[in-house]
Order: sequence, then C-alpha cells, then structure tokens
Amino acid sequence: MDFSFNDEQQMLLDTTRRFIAERYGFEHRNKVRASADGWSREVWAQLAELGLLAINIPEEDGGIGAGPVGTMLVGNAIGEGMLLEPFWSSAVVATQAIVQLASPRQRGEWLPALASGVSIAVLAHDEASTRFEPMDIETQAVADGDGWRIDGRKSLVYHAPAANLLLVSAKAGGELGLFAVPAGAAGLSLRPCTTVDEQGAAGVLLDNVHVAADARLGGDVREGLQAVLDYGLAALCAEAFGAMDRILAATIGYSRSRVQFGAPIGSFQALQHRMAEMLMHLEQARSMSYLATSQCTDPDPRARRAALSAAKALMGQAARYIGQQAVQLHGGMGMTDELDVSHYFKRLLAFELRCGTTDQHLENYRRQLQAA
Amino acid sequence: MDLDFNQEEQAFREEVRQFLASELPADIRERMGRDDASRISQDITRWQKILHAKGWGAPAWPLEFGGTGWDKTRQYIFENECALADAPAQLAFGIKMVAPVLMRYGSPEQQRRFLPRILAAEDWWCQGYSEPGSGSDLASLKMKAERDGDEYVLNGQKVWNTLGQFADWIFCLVRTDATGKPQKGISFLLVDMKSPGITVRPTRLLDGTFEVNEVWFDNVRVPVANRVGEENHGWTYAKFLLGHERTNIAGIGSSKRELRRLKEDAAAVMKEGRSLLEDPMFGSRIAQVEIELTALEITNMRVIFAEAAKQAPGPEASMLKIRGTEIAQRISELQVELLGGDALAYRQDDDASRATAAYLNLRKLSIFGGSNEIQRNIIAHMILGL
Repeated sequence: MDFSFNDEQQMLLDTTRRFIAERYGFEHRNKVRASADGWSREVWAQLAELGLLAINIPEEDGGIGAGPVGTMLVGNAIGEGMLLEPFWSSAVVATQAIVQLASPRQRGEWLPALASGVSIAVLAHDEASTRFEPMDIETQAVADGDGWRIDGRKSLVYHAPAANLLLVSAKAGGELGLFAVPAGAAGLSLRPCTTVDEQGAAGVLLDNVHVAADARLGGDVREGLQAVLDYGLAALCAEAFGAMDRILAATIGYSRSRVQFGAPIGSFQALQHRMAEMLMHLEQARSMSYLATSQCTDPDPRARRAALSAAKALMGQAARYIGQQAVQLHGGMGMTDELDVSHYFKRLLAFELRCGTTDQHLENYRRQLQAA
Repeated sequence: MDLDFNQEEQAFREEVRQFLASELPADIRERMGRDDASRISQDITRWQKILHAKGWGAPAWPLEFGGTGWDKTRQYIFENECALADAPAQLAFGIKMVAPVLMRYGSPEQQRRFLPRILAAEDWWCQGYSEPGSGSDLASLKMKAERDGDEYVLNGQKVWNTLGQFADWIFCLVRTDATGKPQKGISFLLVDMKSPGITVRPTRLLDGTFEVNEVWFDNVRVPVANRVGEENHGWTYAKFLLGHERTNIAGIGSSKRELRRLKEDAAAVMKEGRSLLEDPMFGSRIAQVEIELTALEITNMRVIFAEAAKQAPGPEASMLKIRGTEIAQRISELQVELLGGDALAYRQDDDASRATAAYLNLRKLSIFGGSNEIQRNIIAHMILGL
C-alpha cells in the first residue's frame, strides 16, 4: 500500500501545474476560448515542448511512457486549468489506440508526429447506438479493391475539427475494425459544434470514404478498443477530479470573503456543513480516481470494467453534487460567466455525460454483482 | 502508487485469517450480535482472553506495555479480518480509550496497576463522559468532584454509559473547578464501580435492549491517586482519548461483512423469476452502497498512509466516521427492506428480528462518538479552515 508518487510522476504534475499557472490563467483561457479555433496552437506546441504529448508513448517509441499514474497526474492539472486543447482526445485516447493496436510501421509513422504536436488524432467511435452497448456500432467498412470503403455516422467527437487524423471504428465483416482516415479524405465531412464545456467537437459523417488496406489498425479490435476506452475513462476521471478540487477551493475561498449579515458566509453552519459534504464527495472521488488509474490496465476485462464503472458512477455523482453546490454557494455570482466557477460547473456536467452516464455505469456495475 | 497490501502485509493477513479460522469459537461466531448484552459481554471477555494468550490482546499498544507493536496498516488488517470473521469487537473502553491515556499521561504506578488487567480481560471498563445537560457540548459537564484530604467526593450523574452494568471500573470526566472557562476545570478520574454511592440504572433502548445506563454518584469517595495527570487538565486527556476512539470508526470490516450477508440474502429472494440481487431497482441500491464502501476503503487506507508518521489520528478521521456510519446504516436499511413485511416479526431469535433490531440499534452510529453534525463542524473548522 503506497499512496506516494515517484519523482518522475511528481515532476510531471509540477511541470503541468507550473505551465498552467504561468501560461494558462483564467484570463488567458478566456482569450483562447474567444479565438476562432477555440483552442491554442501555441499552447499545443508548448505542451509538446514540455514532453506532455509523449507521456503515453512508450520509451522504445521515443516517448516518456509515464503510464496510467503519470497520465492521471497530468490529467489532474489539465482539469484544474480546464485546458481547451485536445490533450485527452489526442495525447491520451488516440495515442493509446495507436500504441495498443497499430502495427510497428504505423506507430513509426504516427507517434513522432503526435509527440511533437505536428499531428493531432482523435478516436471517432461513439454513435447513437453505443449509448447502452459501447461496442454496438453501425458504421460499416467494406473491402473495396485494394482498400476499404467506409460509410457511417459518428456522434459528437471531441476535438475532431482540430484533428488531421481520425481513427474510425467500423464493422468489417464479423469483426470490429479501426481505420485511420485523414482529415481531408473525400467523403468525410464534419458538423462542428462547441460543447457545453466550451471544447471543439463535431459529428462525423463518412459517405463512401476510401482508405488504403494499410490504414487498418490491428484485426478485430473489439477487446482492444474497449481497453483503450477504459484507459481514456481513467484519464477523464483524473481531469474531472482536478476540476472538482478547484471548484471546491474556489467555493471555500468565496465563502471566506463574501460578507453578509456582518460576517463571512463561511462562518454560517448551514454552509459549513454543505462544504464539509462537498469535501467528503471530493475525497471519495479522489479514491475512485486512484482505483480507476490502478485498474485501467487490468488484463481481466470484467474486473477492469467493474472498477471503472464504480469509479465513473461515484465520480459522476460527486461531480454533480460538488458542481451544483459550488454554484449555489456562490449565489448570483455562480450564475455568471465572469467567474471560473460556472466554467468548472460546465466541465463537470460534461464529465457526467461523457464516456457513459452515471446511471449507465451504475447499471454496468449492478450487472456484475455476485453474492459470494 | 499501489492500492494493494505488500507481500508482508498479505502474509500477515493470511496469518490472521488462519488464526481466526482455528481459534474463534464457533458458538461465539454463531452468536455474533444476536444475543442479549450479558451473553455478549461474556463472549467479549472470552475472546479477549484468547487474543491475549496469542499475544494479540492489544493490537495498537506498543510492545513495552504488552501490545503487538503492529503498525497502523496491520492494525487495520487485523480489525477488518476479525469483523469479517464474525469475531466480537474488542471492548474499546479499556483497550482503545483509557489505556492510551494511561500510557501517555498516567503515572507508572497507574500503568502497572491497570494496563495488564485490561489486556487480560480481568477488568471491564466503561466510560463516564456524557451528562444529561452535556452531550455534544461535553465541556459543559457538571458532575462535581470536591477535594477532601486525599480523596475526591463525587456527586452527579453520567448518562449513555455503554455496558457499564458489567464494569469493574469507570473513567470519568469531573468538574474540579467551576470558576473559569468550562474546559479549564475538568479532571480525569478512575473510579472503582464497587465504590459505595454508585448506582447503575439501565436505560431501555428502542430495540428493547439494555446497552446503556445512567450512573449516579452520591458522595462517592475516590482516592486522589486515581486522578490521571494534573487536576483541571482533564480536557486535554479527553480530547486525546476521543482521537483514539476514532481510529477504526469507518468500520470497513463490519460493513463488508454485512454487505456480504445482504448480497447472499438478496440472491435467495425471488421476484418474478429472478433474485433481488438481479432486480434492477434493489440491485442498484446494493451496487450504490458497495461502490461507496469500495471508495471508503481506499480513503481509509489513504488516511492510514498519511497518518503513519503521526501519533494521533487527524481531522480526516471525521470523514471516515461520517461516511462509514452512513454506509453501515444504509446496508442495515437494505437488510430490513429485503425482508419486506417479514421484518415486522420482531422477536429476538430469528433473522427477521435480527435485521430489524440491528436497524433500530444502528441509528446510534451517527449519534455517538461525536455526532455526525459535530464531525461536520470539525471538518469545516480543522480541514476547511472556516
């Protein structure tokens, strides 16, 4: 039993936090948010320079190989700073998909470009039908001469408008296949939007998209893709924890400075007990983020899924309680766009809804309950 | 970061399991929590003597006083395994409460006199803290102790005295000075329950049992030599003691045991062709509490890890107390609801009554040891700095 972090892990956390403190304050984030892209290529290049885009690339592929714990700590800091850049989409999920599923040639082609920030990749998997069954997709890939023809519709893909490479899942005969589709491919169209938590995303339409045979990653990736999604879920939990931690700190700070009836509102017991409750939700969430991190690479899918569903369900509930109470305790100020609180609140709402809702994960967990 | 116990800790856990499998008497295991208080008190004493013979009588004591010298992780493993195996919980009042105070603040003579008898289950201790007007606001206590030569003369009343009907000794907070701040005039006395002038009156509880008492003191004479530490400094010792009372307050082991029972029982109740464990509604509620217990187990280990270097538990113990008792109460609620109307049959000797009786009794969890509202105050003041 050991809840400490080694020097390298601690350094990753410190590096990311320092970068955010110096370069990604709330005011700067507002400017980034208001820009045409809604995210900053300059910041992306700086993240690459710090090596943060390579933390999920193994050392033998020229990366840092920080593993789940390093990814968690960087994720904490990214959640604290509410970064709008495609870190989770590209440097965690898509990178993991390539690391776990791609051929050596594909790794050699894609990973260096992802590490340097030149390339941004996203996983385009979710569809309307995956809401209750994560591997239940309708997109089809049909063998077509020397390659594949892909047709289908992917629902909201975070950071798809920023990506130059989309990893698209599709049914290929009886298998579940994963295919690399370049952003400019003929027949590929995006329907961009901004998400509730202010990130770029898009619905993805694939209409008669042709890719070469060597664009396919692995064979049947049904299990492999689930492992990638689970790794991503643990990282998303870490980001959410960072946001919860900051929104509670902001609330405690506000309750100390806001004076009503001649006293700081934090001196009133009704509000103190609410904040004590928020803290307990936070600490339970931290424990579950640790659990998700330590179990997300468990080769036994059943045990892994149970742990991750437990983590997502509890953290979704914590996110809702902490987020709602933070807005409530800020009073009218919590309703404004001006304070970071409302932005954390929206980030936490997005967390609840992403990668399976609280109810869905509670249901997943319930299904594996056993008496013994 | 590693959430698992290391190899030595796992080997230790195995050793504890084997000991429990071979040494915990089957009749005690069977009776666990299902009998009246007098039988339970005999079981506690019997089990304590078995533990003492093994050298495990006081998991948290240092070796010099006959303890095990185990670190916090081993203490945690030991208590969890005991609870999972249906062993009676050790009587806290002697081993976990008065003993640490004696080790820290007692005289060598007091240590020699009392500690070995606590360890060997020769003395049964109880606690004289709360009074009718002093519950959460304990420092307002009024029971008078007036100096008369080499003795104090005690007059007043203690309440919510747990299992004092079996006690040989009671440790009491008494008022030795009423002139200054309430906290300043309190002393900590060790009182022989056979002293003339003590009357114990059992309080019948909502579940029909007699677990707590009123203890009346009418000119009870106590030697000054039975005072722990200095006169009027008792509040310091009391706070120290309360910190120790909370070390295992999360009750992970007993909640895991009761959750296991709940799931076994739910798997045996059929509704429309499937068990209640598979029922979406009831199963979700079990899933919810199991997830929260999983989280609390990790939180508890985090607190142990963080406290490894410190002497007494910090304010984080308040979080464990609140969440641990909420979870235990929720499991108990589900055990009652699982039985439906059968839970109404309230007798002392079958499973139906056991669940209902436990539900009634366990309401105490969020009240005693510092109510959960007091714990929230502690979190707000000590952790959040409000």
